[in-house]
Amino acid sequence: MHIHIQHETTYRYSTPAKHSFQHLRMTPRNFDGQHIVNWRLDMNIEGRLKETEDSFGNILHHMSAEGPISSIKILAEGDIITFNTNGIITGLAEKIPNILYLRDTQLTRIQPELIDFTYNATRNEVNDLNKCHSLLSSIHDCMLFDNNATTVTTTAYESFSNKKGVCQDFAHIFLTCARFLNIPARYVSGYYVRNDIDRQTAGHAWAEAYIPDLGWIGFDPAHGISPNERYVRLATALDYNGAAPIKGTIVGGLGEDMNISIHIFSPQDPKDTHQLLIQ
Amino acid sequence: MLQFDEMMGANGQPRVAYQNLSQWLNSVDAQWLSSRREQAELLFRRIGITFAVYGSQEATERLIPFDVLPRIISRNEWERLERGLIQRVTALNLFLKDIYGDGQIIKAGIIPADLIYRNPGFCSEMFGRRPPHDVYVHISGVDIVRTDDQNFYVLEDNARTPSGVSYMLENREVMMRLFPELFSLHRVAPIEDYPNELLATLRSVSPPHAAGEPVIALMTPGQYNSAFYEHSFLADKLGIELVEGRDLFVRDDIVYMRTTEGPRRVDVIYRRIDDDFLDPLVFRADSALGVAGLMGAYQAGNVTLANAVGTGVADDKATYTYMPEIIRFYLGEAPILLNVPTYRCREADALTYVLEHLSELVVKEVNGSGGYGMLVGPHASKAQIEEFRLKLRANPDNFIAQPTLALSTCPISVAQGIAPRHVDLRPFVLHGAKNVRVVPGGLTRVAMTENSLVVNSSQGGGTKDTWVIDDVLTEIRPTIS
Repeated sequence: MHIHIQHETTYRYSTPAKHSFQHLRMTPRNFDGQHIVNWRLDMNIEGRLKETEDSFGNILHHMSAEGPISSIKILAEGDIITFNTNGIITGLAEKIPNILYLRDTQLTRIQPELIDFTYNATRNEVNDLNKCHSLLSSIHDCMLFDNNATTVTTTAYESFSNKKGVCQDFAHIFLTCARFLNIPARYVSGYYVRNDIDRQTAGHAWAEAYIPDLGWIGFDPAHGISPNERYVRLATALDYNGAAPIKGTIVGGLGEDMNISIHIFSPQDPKDTHQLLIQ
Repeated sequence: MLQFDEMMGANGQPRVAYQNLSQWLNSVDAQWLSSRREQAELLFRRIGITFAVYGSQEATERLIPFDVLPRIISRNEWERLERGLIQRVTALNLFLKDIYGDGQIIKAGIIPADLIYRNPGFCSEMFGRRPPHDVYVHISGVDIVRTDDQNFYVLEDNARTPSGVSYMLENREVMMRLFPELFSLHRVAPIEDYPNELLATLRSVSPPHAAGEPVIALMTPGQYNSAFYEHSFLADKLGIELVEGRDLFVRDDIVYMRTTEGPRRVDVIYRRIDDDFLDPLVFRADSALGVAGLMGAYQAGNVTLANAVGTGVADDKATYTYMPEIIRFYLGEAPILLNVPTYRCREADALTYVLEHLSELVVKEVNGSGGYGMLVGPHASKAQIEEFRLKLRANPDNFIAQPTLALSTCPISVAQGIAPRHVDLRPFVLHGAKNVRVVPGGLTRVAMTENSLVVNSSQGGGTKDTWVIDDVLTEIRPTIS
């Protein structure tokens, strides 16, 4: 599938900021399921973008700008061709030992209720792959998607207790349960092409689990499926904190207002796709 | 349990190293010694050396009890300790370099992978990175106890941000003022050089761009930290700036400090702030103590942090149990200092044993420090033991247990005269780019209550000056009439 993404994040400050410092994980990498045709990262003010790589192998940009800054617009834009790999991630250089993805984090700490849930969801399954599929459907079934129930600091346990949350909460619950089963699991941030609308106000998030003999496999509890060609994979980490597209600090600057607009669609003309591929 | 007293031998005679002190003690009267004790307290109050105790409501700032009798270690004993310390810290450093790189020790099957990679002290952000000169543990404060005339045991390696060195230095200063005559009876190895040695260590590990005259700063969490006195004391002694996170900023992966003459580039940061608070962009986002972008500058190789980020995995109590293997693996040597035999409660057999012998064992949380969250079986009430039994059953991985060692005692001065009390020793080891060194001495911590084994200052422990002496110089000649 040919996917075009235009991801705009705008910060406005009622009192201008003196300095802005952001970590951007907004540049996708190639793997067998996605081919980056073109991609650019830009901002609308004078500043610096320095590309590095974090320990998980994500492309990380350090962005810094001097004030006074009353607004910043950060733009990530490009074309990607995706392929359905049935959720299997191949063709990616793995940077760290799989066992490291068993670490728990503040957002993915196991609790007795989550242990019970994991046990009930997976007790009839013997292999890790089937356990993950059972977790996937159980989380999808018991959780209600609700944009207003949680924030970026909500833990897996909190959203699970309220049975409400957004895709990142669903992903955190999956990670918590999978790790409890001793299955290495990681958080994935990215994009999802919807059928109904092409303007979204948030990216997407799901999980990947390491299954012996198969490797890393994606699981999206928000949709109850493994990722297909409608998914674009951006960054991975132990949880949202390590993979968030934008993480930043400002010096000075009050009354911050943030607005995210993601225009994501698939140009349907097959000729376009062909053109892009031979570029 | 027979206790080893460092001054008095089993025959009731003082040991060689203590002969002069013992005779001197016989020659002074109790009242005079008492008055010196009071003077010492006055001096410490004047210096303003205090220690904040977390969780104690009535007094946040407390004076650590000081005992006026020196703890003496002979040159012979010290040389063995020194070799053991250098060996241990060298191995710790190689261990950290390995586990943040290839992980040879894991591949060799010596340490289980999950003990490293799932360790709360392991820092994912350091994986695949190398700090300047491959030095991780620039400063460590290794806690040592002795049980007899032969054996020294290491209790903890304290490889994160060990404190206490200011007490070592201040104790010596106060002693020299109070007891000049006692110094003239001994050839005491000087420790005053510690600040210079520390400075030389910090200079040696500066990033390549600043090889000549690196700018060094000491970074403190601020005046509410329990060790703030020490931070300002050391900055002053080293002649370097004392900074908080808000005094620093990062531009293009370079760290600067604000000065009255404008921004100044910083090359080495002796940080006395925990990993979690260093950089809100990478670690705790709610940390107001750190500097945004500091980890980026560090990873770009533009600044040295001492100690390196992620050393917590090395002084973790579960890792501790593997220290003998760690030393053999990296150095091919037998460990000079002993490890306390340790039951890893994560192992089923060990857990069973520990649950059956709680009243004889010391049980510690794997990641606890400062004597918090610990059970001293022989001194615990039934209720305390039962409480720990529940904790252990609920989360065995989180605990280790050790037999109670028959810790040595040293004489302290009390109202009634002289009495033996249990002690430990924290020498400070400096690991630079080229060498590892130890200032002869350390901080002796003493359990001020009779029979107590808890020496932590947060739990009412006191300190003593620690003397490494060359040999017995002058005998006190009895006046013959």
